[in-house]
Amino acid sequence: MKKHTIVALVQDRPGVLSRVVGLIRRRGFNIESLAVGHSETPGVSRMTIVVEWEDVEQVVKQLYRLIEVLKVSDVTNDPIVEREMALMKLHAPPAKRPEIVALTEVFDAKIIDVGANTMVIEMTGSPAKVQNFIDVIRPYGIKEMMRTGRIAMVRGARGHTAEEFVESANGHAERVPAMN
Amino acid sequence: MSEKRTGAQVMCEALIRNGVEVMFGIPGGAIMPFYYAMWEYRDKLRHVLCRHEQGAGHAAEGYARATGRLGVCIGTSGPGATNLVTAIADAMMDSTPILAITGQVGSHVLGKDAFQETDITGITMPITKHNYLVKRAEDLPYVFEEAIYIATTGRPGPVLIDVTKDAQQATIVPDWNIKLDLPGYKPNYRPNLKQVREAIKLILSAKKPLIIAGHGIIMSGAVDELRAFAERTRIPVITTLHGIGAFPEDHPLSIGMPGMHGWVHVNRAIQECDVLFNIGGRFDDRVTGKASTFAPNAKVIHVDIDPSEIGKNVKVTVPIVADARLALQAFLNEFPPDREAFAELHSHASDWMEHIREMQAKHQPKQQYLNRADTEKMSLPPHDVYAALTKALNSRGNYRVVTDVGQHQMWAAQLIDWYRPRTHITSGGAGTMGFAVPAALGVAIACPNDTVWVICGDGGFQMTNQEMATIVQEGIKNVKIAVINNGYLGMVRQWQELFENKRYSGTPLSGPDFAKLAEAYYWKGITVEHTSQVEAAIEEAYETDGPVLIDFRVEREVNVFPMVPQNKSISEMILESPHKS
Ligand SMILES: Cc1ncc(C[n+]2csc(CCOP(=O)(O)OP(=O)(O)O)c2C)c(N)n1
Ligand SMILES: [Mg+2]
Repeated sequence: MKKHTIVALVQDRPGVLSRVVGLIRRRGFNIESLAVGHSETPGVSRMTIVVEWEDVEQVVKQLYRLIEVLKVSDVTNDPIVEREMALMKLHAPPAKRPEIVALTEVFDAKIIDVGANTMVIEMTGSPAKVQNFIDVIRPYGIKEMMRTGRIAMVRGARGHTAEEFVESANGHAERVPAMN
Repeated sequence: MSEKRTGAQVMCEALIRNGVEVMFGIPGGAIMPFYYAMWEYRDKLRHVLCRHEQGAGHAAEGYARATGRLGVCIGTSGPGATNLVTAIADAMMDSTPILAITGQVGSHVLGKDAFQETDITGITMPITKHNYLVKRAEDLPYVFEEAIYIATTGRPGPVLIDVTKDAQQATIVPDWNIKLDLPGYKPNYRPNLKQVREAIKLILSAKKPLIIAGHGIIMSGAVDELRAFAERTRIPVITTLHGIGAFPEDHPLSIGMPGMHGWVHVNRAIQECDVLFNIGGRFDDRVTGKASTFAPNAKVIHVDIDPSEIGKNVKVTVPIVADARLALQAFLNEFPPDREAFAELHSHASDWMEHIREMQAKHQPKQQYLNRADTEKMSLPPHDVYAALTKALNSRGNYRVVTDVGQHQMWAAQLIDWYRPRTHITSGGAGTMGFAVPAALGVAIACPNDTVWVICGDGGFQMTNQEMATIVQEGIKNVKIAVINNGYLGMVRQWQELFENKRYSGTPLSGPDFAKLAEAYYWKGITVEHTSQVEAAIEEAYETDGPVLIDFRVEREVNVFPMVPQNKSISEMILESPHKS
């Protein structure tokens, strides 16, 4: 099964995250990561979901059934930039620190806190690079780690903005009455 | 001028503004303010007190299915709300527009396990088209408007509104100046004409075309358009379980029901056809059997209002996302005007129809089990009940039939002649036993001038028959119940007979004396044990000015044939029991 990256624009209403997650859960798929936050337009959130899926198309269509979902795309095969952030607290006694500092420089990671025997490092980059860094740093002893999950954006002019949906929100769909 | 109102009054006014006239429900602590307010509006808003919230939900469904209008059901928080769940799920599966209103504990104790608190919006998230938790009275006008709009437009479905008790009690000046803000909900009604022309090309070049007419025809009111389309093209028409009534069965182009208990000639025709035009059906697995083997030679044209149905189970050549009626109108407009263009199609279609009728002549009478030697030994074969009932329905007219789930349901679909939309109402997608009696309550209120027949099994009847009391309390006289009493959970027993070596585990079923039970509910009860009594009993039911139950004690171990075993190809039909008794 292939990993897919799905980007969804949703109206920011209570329960919308539950609905999206519920729809995926229903099919028994495991969500590898999910990141949600405000988009460029007030009232609209953007989600990036990474999941192993067979028939993504069907799930994308079903996501559209949700009233608050504005747009969903499977961007797996699109030219995208992807980023993820990880915070990790390392076991870092003074003797090990120079090595750790050197590695963070190589990977462009940041040291954001230093304690008596610990360091907190922030690593941001492509998911592969973040993973690489984690693999390299793990032998020093990771005491705590938190990853944000990836966020993705299509390169160039293409992509989808939240604005177009908000503008067309006036005059809702015509109502065709059922006849008997 | 807007005046001050309680949230509960706002709820009543919102319903009235949206044309609601009847509601089915049961009160309780968290919904009491709504009941308090409802009293003032009782001239416009009729409340029907049910005996179980599941019954209220099915009654709302019956009302909606009989009319196409919104059905409304009400429950209190906690158990009242959870009792609605089965009916809500049923409405979701059968695209039935209902609004469920539930009371919720006060907003200050939400999430604190207050008395009778249940997270009903969480529970019903996957079985509603949409749902709401309302904590502020100010939000009620908008939420009711949006909820009803969502329930009744596009592909209809159930919507639930959970209202906290304090929101019902609060006093506000309602703002009825409502502008819906639904950027993510824009059902597409009008078909893409390019696709329509593509489909027409395919149809005109077909040699063995078929139409499958589904629930969408009935919901969109496309019966006349379907008929015009079929007559123009002369393509044979199949009606699914929920498509029953979309096309009259006495029409020369009607060929009947497909699928698990469909007719042999219909399933064979599907397997042979080269163009399959499905309008408003969703290729349910009870229709397709094993989907990968379904209609192997066909190019499929699929019209559905819900894009997520297209390509879900069956590969589609020409997808058309649209309302069935508007789509068919577009086809009729886009057809070439000259008769010549149809000449070739008509000549192929007539050969094709001849072939289908030959298959039908060979298989159908036997499948109906009407002439079989062993039915002659039975004192009351179920088929005799259906034959007499069909005769009565046809001669008396003005009827609605509500069926439950099981063998009796399939026999009803097979053996009664169906002509008109919304005359056959059943639980299809969910297959909810216990649907029929409460649904008939809703149908009877919606259609006071029709005789509403319930056909149910002894199993399903015992799940929800307490609504017989509701029917009496409401003064409803036009409901007649036919219990096809075989002393078994018959459909399950049939599977056990055919596939599990007659191990009747958990299927033999006893019951009370149903006629006496009916009498206890102040109904007329009649018991029928022999074919010779059937017609008279039905006659008596019609002549009685009030609700009547007939307990048809039919032969116990009769099967529904033909049958496609689950997950087998529809080419593999079983026509009779391998076990000879
Ligand atoms: C609520 C519910 N429980 C269980 C089933 C499974 N089921 C399907 S048909 C059937 C037998 C129905 O028996 P009865 O109502 O007597 O009808 P019959 O098949 O005998 O005509 C059962 C148990 C169901 N469909 N719905
Ligand atoms: Mg039974």
